[in-house]
Amino acid sequence: MFDRRLASSRLLAVVLAALLLALGLGRAAANEAAPAAADPALEARMLAITAELRCMVCQNQTIADSHADLAVDLRQQVREMLQKGMSDQQITDYMTQRYGDFVLYRPPFKGSTALLWIGPGVMLVAGLSVLVLVLRRRSRMAPEQFEADEAPTPESERDPA
Amino acid sequence: MKYLRYTLPLAIFLGLVWFLFQGLFLDPKEVPSPLINKPAPAFALEQLDQPGASIKRDDMLGKVWLLNVFASWCVACREEHPLLVQFSRMKLVPIYGLNYKDERAAGMKWLASFGNPYEASLFDHDGRVGIDYGVYGVPESFLIDAKGVIRYKQIGPFTPEAIQTKLIPLVQQLQKEAGHV
Repeated sequence: MFDRRLASSRLLAVVLAALLLALGLGRAAANEAAPAAADPALEARMLAITAELRCMVCQNQTIADSHADLAVDLRQQVREMLQKGMSDQQITDYMTQRYGDFVLYRPPFKGSTALLWIGPGVMLVAGLSVLVLVLRRRSRMAPEQFEADEAPTPESERDPA
Repeated sequence: MKYLRYTLPLAIFLGLVWFLFQGLFLDPKEVPSPLINKPAPAFALEQLDQPGASIKRDDMLGKVWLLNVFASWCVACREEHPLLVQFSRMKLVPIYGLNYKDERAAGMKWLASFGNPYEASLFDHDGRVGIDYGVYGVPESFLIDAKGVIRYKQIGPFTPEAIQTKLIPLVQQLQKEAGHV
């Protein structure tokens, strides 16, 4: 549907380029390395912010990790916003205005994300309560109601139901 | 009480199957845009074929229009393009192109060879306007009403069904709304 083929071929190109660089075949500095040298503190802040943001093109990667064109552009965007003196909150707001809460790896707690946040807890509580109920009921049962520990014959091990 | 031991797990299992089955038809790539029912982000861009002649968001106020994001490097755009050309012949709504992260020559050549359904194409060379519109998978399209509010977003290429069942009825509705303003 989308340009996945293109994205993956570009990704492949990027990976190959990185390999070539690593092999020492290309000595030219990658164009993304320059800003890091210019201001390591800003670069570190940029990476900290973008590590919390989902890349919309390759959804299981962060913007900090991704080689997708959009992620490269957004990293540059965040750099420029930091240079303008914007706060982390202003930058995450900028992203959610455009891509929604989905862009956040830790979405805020609200109506639409409530199930996401409390769902696992609800499942855990439900599971534990079933376990407690079963164990309690068994503890109240008389010893005769249980099967004998040692089954005398293989047939008697089978559940009659 | 006893039969519950068998029916309850079965019911839970069937519930799980239902959810997983539904999941087969969901596309995780289609993330609903937070821009729906919000004012379209401002832009001022040069036209693809006329450097120097620019179009602003506010030039569009007063009419319903469709913004279609395309690029010559975009494979899925090629699938969508004949549909847009066909749709533009119906003259229901003006279509404007947003040539996203492309080169002028490549974009113009692409339109020359596949047909040009656009009133005009905006040249978004560095993709900044694309970012403001939350574009992440070209092609994407935005239907914008006469007040400049985004009312619908198509993520990925239009299909004939999407045009018939979603786009056309909404265009007619928005044009009716605009008539009352």
